[in-house]
Amino acid sequence: MDRKISIVLAGLGGQGVITATNILGKAAVNANINVYASEIHGMAQRGCSVICTVRMGNVSGPLLATGTADAMLCTEPIEALRYIQYANKKTKIITDVTPVIPFTVSIGLQEYPDIEYVFEEIRSYAKLYTLDALKISKNAGAPISKNIVMLGALAASGVLPFPSNVLLETILDTVPQKYKEINKKAFEEGLKAFQPYKPIKIKRRK
Amino acid sequence: MELVEVQTGKTMFLLGNEAITRGALEAAVDVATTYPGTPSSEIADTFSAIAKYHKRQGKKPPFYFEYSTNEKVALEIAAAASFCGLRALTCMKHVGLNVASDAFMAYLYAGSKGGHIIVSADDPYCHSSQNEQDNRYFALFGNAPMLEPTTPQEAKEMTRVGFDISEELQLPVLLRTTTRLNHARGPVMVKKPRKPRGKGYFKKDPSVLVLHPATARERHLVLLQKLEEAENISDKSSFNEIIKCGKPSSMGIVTSGVSYNYVREVADDLKLDVSILKLGMTHPLPRKICETFINSCKEIIVVEELEPILENQFKTIAYDIGADVKIYGKSTGHFSRLYEYNPDIVTEIISKIFKIKNPLSKPRKVKIQLPSRPPILCPGCSHRATYYAAKKASPKGTIYPSDIGCYGLGKAPPLEMADLLICMGSNAGTAVGFAISTDQKIISFMGDSTFFHAGIPPIIDAVHHNHDCTITILDNRTTAMTGHQPHPGSEYDGMGRSAKLIKVEDVVKGLGVEHIEIVDPNNIKETTSAFKRALDFRGPAVVVSKAPCILLELQRKRVSGKKKSVYFIDQENCNQCKTCIDKFGCPAFYYAENGTIYIDEMQCNGCGNCVQICPFDAIKQKGERK
Repeated sequence: MDRKISIVLAGLGGQGVITATNILGKAAVNANINVYASEIHGMAQRGCSVICTVRMGNVSGPLLATGTADAMLCTEPIEALRYIQYANKKTKIITDVTPVIPFTVSIGLQEYPDIEYVFEEIRSYAKLYTLDALKISKNAGAPISKNIVMLGALAASGVLPFPSNVLLETILDTVPQKYKEINKKAFEEGLKAFQPYKPIKIKRRK
Repeated sequence: MELVEVQTGKTMFLLGNEAITRGALEAAVDVATTYPGTPSSEIADTFSAIAKYHKRQGKKPPFYFEYSTNEKVALEIAAAASFCGLRALTCMKHVGLNVASDAFMAYLYAGSKGGHIIVSADDPYCHSSQNEQDNRYFALFGNAPMLEPTTPQEAKEMTRVGFDISEELQLPVLLRTTTRLNHARGPVMVKKPRKPRGKGYFKKDPSVLVLHPATARERHLVLLQKLEEAENISDKSSFNEIIKCGKPSSMGIVTSGVSYNYVREVADDLKLDVSILKLGMTHPLPRKICETFINSCKEIIVVEELEPILENQFKTIAYDIGADVKIYGKSTGHFSRLYEYNPDIVTEIISKIFKIKNPLSKPRKVKIQLPSRPPILCPGCSHRATYYAAKKASPKGTIYPSDIGCYGLGKAPPLEMADLLICMGSNAGTAVGFAISTDQKIISFMGDSTFFHAGIPPIIDAVHHNHDCTITILDNRTTAMTGHQPHPGSEYDGMGRSAKLIKVEDVVKGLGVEHIEIVDPNNIKETTSAFKRALDFRGPAVVVSKAPCILLELQRKRVSGKKKSVYFIDQENCNQCKTCIDKFGCPAFYYAENGTIYIDEMQCNGCGNCVQICPFDAIKQKGERK
């Protein structure tokens, strides 16, 4: 493959960002496409912001330059904005709509911005696609499959250089036997849920 | 387990660290040792997982692996294996090599026998470290041959071939990596793992191996001769190569490690006419190749993260051969000695030197202020309870020296229980120093793994000189921050075998500490009293605060099918005194829009310690509601 495809995966430690990165890379290898990915471990594990990158095709390493992402897959909305420097006008930013409130906000030190305002800001940089991946994953049978819902949406975005069934097969190869059904459903529902952002009202907390 | 089952000819998608372990398996490694530390941990964790996999299959693992007490011990164990003719690998994070350096420097004089790879995982940008020291200096300092991989594929190959180089030279080889290699994934074409020897034989050779002054003087000469031989290997090594981009040109770029990735893409993207000298064996440098390269260039750009190590050597060579060449790097102000490089930095500087417009545009600033997500102690972490109790017990001005591990996160408000952190074990050493330098009270903190690693000698010092300080050992039975590896206080080892559990308090007693408090931090009242007694004691007192890591507790509960208990705030009793948020600081608490305080059930890990600190009995276990 002569071109380069760069994807940023952002979210929080514990949301399966690293697993999704690994699956995406394995799928590229299965499709015979050159691929590199980067992860940050260690301090990033405990509810902190996590960024991973995947680059496919004619690339030498996993890091991308600012403004060169083809897609950004975000499991938390403000994390999309935290790494927005990688986006350009054509970048497809796919994000879950459910905010996770940081501790700094819970104890009143900082503020979590208004979510519609966050989405409007993202739209001033790139193309925005939103989905309620948490709800979809719960319906699929386990909220932990949220990252797989997100991968489904990414597969529907047309950014990936291989068919969506390659990604699904890689997912099913990776997850334990007893979770295969849940993850299959999560992926397929994610595929259907890929759509441009429409202003919606979001409940912050139960 | 894929990494073991896949034998040959397949392309796997491996983490740099996994690739290093695979390379060692393909080179028939017999003994692997480590002390865990980010970004090196997964090398050892992969050995551990493979050993346990074999155990589950009822088979003997093909190698011996252990999490050693510290990096120095790890290196010495592997060196002895090498002296017996076995192949050995020792891995550690960059600062681990400081601990192992006493062994490292003299070991090079003795020289190895069986191939020995020492992996140093450097951490430019301090992603998870106390400094970003450049361990390439250790290769120059100790005269060790050094390899620097660019990709996971190369990491595997360099590990495999490194064993051969080590045996040819009879020297350990330093495999120097950085976070962006250790934690990068890429396609790796694997070869068949080879069967190790298992046991070797130690042939005595005191005239070489007993480094008395007379021996050492001779061995220093031998080491320098070996290094000359290493230069020949470097000149013939396929890890050093010249890559021509575009039309023939008198512009050159010298680079190594992950920096090559950025250079290569910039050269392609900007369609540069340039020769790139990609160095994989970076010590000793391939002198002949370097000379030829310098002679073929009018201008050379050196792209290397951190210290100007290649740059300075290239200037020396250029001076020696009288070359008329301009060398751009750190001393010319083009590149920084700080942090990691990335495609943006390399693109900007190279396009500036080539006088081309930088194609990358600087993004505008986000208009919204984003809340930060700093690392904090987990909800339910017993360290929080220990800190809360210690703070309550201590008078104003008490100094809290801290150490390397999760508990360093106690620095954050509202606990603010870390005043000083330098390195492994420094909490107790500095506690002693404070005891003689000030009349302020001192309570220091270290984890159990840190205690075994480097925390014992300073306690001996405190006992011997009767220094008045309180030293706390947070005993959660695991090396939590690096990924829950076992340590000498665990009842199993890195291969999944049962091991002798060494109790922290038994060691402390053996050191002669006269005042020892053993507490369960989840009883905050008792723990507070214990700290008060320890502070009142004139002389060194040790508090052993024993409670398992909450993450492991939750895992055990999940496995046994038990649900975690969660807590809630009875709003009728809550007086909004904010003790739970402003003093205890558990992240499961939050303010609702109207200012009332709630507990997030998703976040609550059910330790129940907040029940003890609430002055109004407003916190209750779920199910208690009337």
